[in-house]
Formats: sequence, C-alpha cells, structure tokens
Amino acid sequence: MKYLAIVCISAYFALTIMAGSTEIAPEDVVYEDGAVDVSLSGTAGDISAGAEIMNKGAGNCIACHQVTALQHIPFHGEIGPSLDGAANRWTVAELRGLVANAKIWFPETMMPAFYKVDGFIRLGDAYTGKAHDGEVQPLLTAQQIEDVVAFLATLKEE
Amino acid sequence: MRVAIVATIVCFVSSLVLAGPDDDNLTINGELEMITETVAPTHLEGFDVIYSGWRFRTDETQSLQIDDFDNPAMIFVDKAIDLFNTVDGTEGKACVSCHEGPEQFVGLSASMPKVIDGKLTVMEDLINSHRAEVMGAEAWKWSGEDMQSMIALIGLQSRGMPVNVAIDGEAAPFWEQGKEMYYTRYGQLELSCANCHEQNYGNMIRADHLSQGHTNGFPTYRLKQAKLISRHNRFRGCIRDTRAETFAEGSDEFRALELYVASRSNGLSVETPAVRQ
Ligand code: HEC
Ligand code: HEC
Repeated sequence: MKYLAIVCISAYFALTIMAGSTEIAPEDVVYEDGAVDVSLSGTAGDISAGAEIMNKGAGNCIACHQVTALQHIPFHGEIGPSLDGAANRWTVAELRGLVANAKIWFPETMMPAFYKVDGFIRLGDAYTGKAHDGEVQPLLTAQQIEDVVAFLATLKEE
Repeated sequence: MRVAIVATIVCFVSSLVLAGPDDDNLTINGELEMITETVAPTHLEGFDVIYSGWRFRTDETQSLQIDDFDNPAMIFVDKAIDLFNTVDGTEGKACVSCHEGPEQFVGLSASMPKVIDGKLTVMEDLINSHRAEVMGAEAWKWSGEDMQSMIALIGLQSRGMPVNVAIDGEAAPFWEQGKEMYYTRYGQLELSCANCHEQNYGNMIRADHLSQGHTNGFPTYRLKQAKLISRHNRFRGCIRDTRAETFAEGSDEFRALELYVASRSNGLSVETPAVRQ
C-alpha cells in the first residue's frame, strides 16, 4: 500500500516534470514559415474545450470569423475569412502558427497574436483600461492554443 | 434539404443587407435635411466617401433621431437651458449674464476643436474656463451630465451645418499627433482606430455593426447607457477594448485625437445630439 502510494507520487512528479519540460514558453516558440510543428503544451488538444474558446473569453474568435459548425452560437463577425474548411487549407502545424501569431503569415493582419507576450504598445490590465503590471500572460495558454487547434482541425469540407 | 437551401439564401441576403451603410436619408422634424454621406475630405487617404454613424444603425435606433419628440437626448438639452439661466459661482453670474442665449453659438461646434492662444481647445475647455474665470464657479466633470448637456445644447445650434474644422497653421502639429494615434495599434489585441473604422466599417465585429467612427453626433445619447456620452469617453472605451492602457478624458492626447477624428468628418452635418445603440 505504502509502496503503491510512493509509485503514484513519483509517477505524478515525473508527469508534471515532463509536462513542465514540454510546455514551450511564448518567447521560445519556433516558427518555420509561420508554422509551429510541435505541440505547445505537450498534451493533445480537446476539441470541445477548443469550441468553447472560439466563443468566449480571450479567444472570442467568432467576433471576427464565421464558423458554420458553431451556428448555434449567435453573432459571428465578418472581419476575417470564414473558417469553414480551414483544415483543408492549412496543416495542423500551420493552424498552430496562425493562432499563436498570425502576424508571421500575414504581417499587417488585424488578427491578434494569441501566444505572444512582448512588443505591445500601452499594454493594459485586461479590459480595465489601466496599465498592466507584472509578468505578461499570453491571451491564451499553451493548452488553450492546442484546444483551439484541435477544434480547427475538424473544420473540413468535402 | 430545401430548408437548408432556404436558410442559406436568407443568411446570404441578410448579410448583404448588413454590409455597409444603408440607403436611408435623415431629415429631422420633417424639415432639416442632414448630410449623412459625402465626398471624403482630401486629407483622408482611407476612403472616398464618408458616412455618418447614423447610416449603420438599425431602423429602430435611427427613428429616435428623426423627430426631436422621440429623441431621448432632448431631456438633457432642456436641462442645459435651465443651467444656462442659473446663477452659479462667486461672481453671481449665469451664462445668460454674458450671452443672450444659446442661439449665439450657431456654427461654433462645427469648427471645434480649434487652437486658441496656442492651446488646442475643445468645447469642455471653453465651458470650464468661462465657469472658472468669469463666474467663479467650480469646473464641471468632463463626462458629467451638466457638462455634456451644455455641450449638447451648444452643438444643437449648429445642427445641419457641415463639420468644418481647420487642420492647417497652428492646428497642424496637433492634427499630426492625432493622426499618429489613429493609426497606432494599441494594447494586447494590437488594434488601431483604423483597423476597425477605416478597414472594416460596414462589417460586423461580433454583435456590433462597425461605422466609420465619426464624432459629428457627439455628445450622443447611448441607449445602452441611457445617458449622453462624451467624445473622450467613447475614445476611452474603444482603446480599453483593445486591452490597452487608455488615456485620460481631458488629456492632451485625447484633445489631439479629437481634432483628427473631427477632421475626418469634415463635410458631414453636425447631428448633435445623435442617438446610438
Ligand atoms: C480581430 C479580428 C480577429 C480575431 C479576434 C481572430 N482572427 Fe483569425 N483572422 C483574422 C483576419 C483578418 C484573418 C485573415 C488574415 C489576413 O489576411 O489578414 C484571419 C485569419 C485566420 C485564419 C486563416 C484563415 C483561413 O481559413 O485561411 C485562421 C485559421 C484563423 N484566423 C483562426 C482564428 C482563431 C482560431 C481565432 C481565435 C483564437 C482568431 N482567428 C481570432 C482576424 C481575426
Ligand atoms: C476593436 C474595434 C474598435 C477599435 C480598435 C476602435 N473602435 Fe471605435 N467603435 C467600435 C464599435 C464596435 C463602435 C460602435 C459601433 C460604431 O459606431 O462603429 C465604435 C464607435 C465609435 C465611435 C462612435 C461613432 C458614432 O457614430 O457614434 C467613435 C467616434 C469611435 N468609435 C472612435 C474610435 C477611435 C478614435 C478609435 C481609436 C482610438 C476607435 N474608435 C477604435 C469599435 C472599435
């Protein structure tokens, strides 16, 4: 029993260390022609969590994009292209790069960089209008990026 | 299957309707014809035609601006008429002690902001300096009800006249500063005024139908907030929404931005007080 507990605890630590070592910080992401080959979190993305992020919080992708698969959610924007069939146009590595920092593919794009922590002008503290203080968090976490990418990878058209 | 086709057609048609300004004409009280669409001033590179924000609103919101009896901002105009006649401050004076009546200010709002004695001056400055220097009265809060009601009353005297602010001479450096701000991508979302109001007017951003972001209707009565909204308050909200540190209402930065944004509306009718969603 005691032995089992020790095994469990050490397995837990081994896993967290692994997870810690495989998570790539925003500054360390390597873009090849705008694409990012490796998972940012080291853990597979969750499609339904990704769909949530498309609609809510700092993701809010449908503020700018129309997505037929998310038709049950009201008010899709018209700023960016429809994401229907995005997985036909882009590989998973390219989708990851686009969500993390679309400005590498499209330098002038209006699309925010969701996994970036520097280079901002008058960075605020979320939506308070006040100055930001302390360590900068990217708009989405590594795992949230993976979740969104997993969702985007389902957007295929015949 | 048939249902799906019909639904697609309906969606397509409604998105066509939403894109861009509508074709409605604005005539107030059945007699005052407003210019809600005109050739863009030559100093504007972004587009050829400018449209009032009124043209991007729903028929329901638009209708509230067609007749002054329906315009919820008029309550504040009435309050400002009372204020105009009310003595305030240590000198025992009211506005009416020096000015015959609000009618004296015909055309003033159409040309504001302007440089006075080397300082870029907006209407709030004029009002508060008269209160302090002539009346010995306390300054009004920038976006407070008294201040914005008075600006609405003064603006109403120019309603229908084309916006015509000067951008040359002494105004030039302030105008340049405002322009620079207009194209700066602020905040964690890295968005400039131009991203939304120049490149994407007519498009939906989530539930909002983007206009060209003109200030010719300010202070506007905003239905969502049920009160008059100042120009600087609107700027603050738009910058805050980019996850940026905003500038303060009444800051020199916002004065400069106000001049630049007003100059983009040169040629559109003053609509003060307009109604927006
Ligand atoms: C403020 C607007 C905006 C937001 C928010 C936004 N995007 Fe975009 N996106 C764009 C624009 C504009 C483009 C087109 C690129 C260009 O030419 O500028 C684009 C392009 C894309 C593309 C490539 C389009 C294609 O199908 O070829 C993908 C994929 C994408 N966005 C995904 C997302 C996801 C996922 C999110 C949220 C996590 C998101 N976007 C949030 C504006 C936005
Ligand atoms: C993220 C998008 C976004 C950005 C960036 C943005 N705005 Fe706006 N703005 C809006 C929305 C949405 C509205 C309400 C709908 C409309 O009138 O366009 C609005 C409304 C306005 C209005 C009121 C227009 C009217 O007719 O009443 C003005 C003025 C304005 N914005 C100016 C600015 C200025 C100046 C900047 C830059 C400092 C700016 N906006 C940046 C989204 C934005």
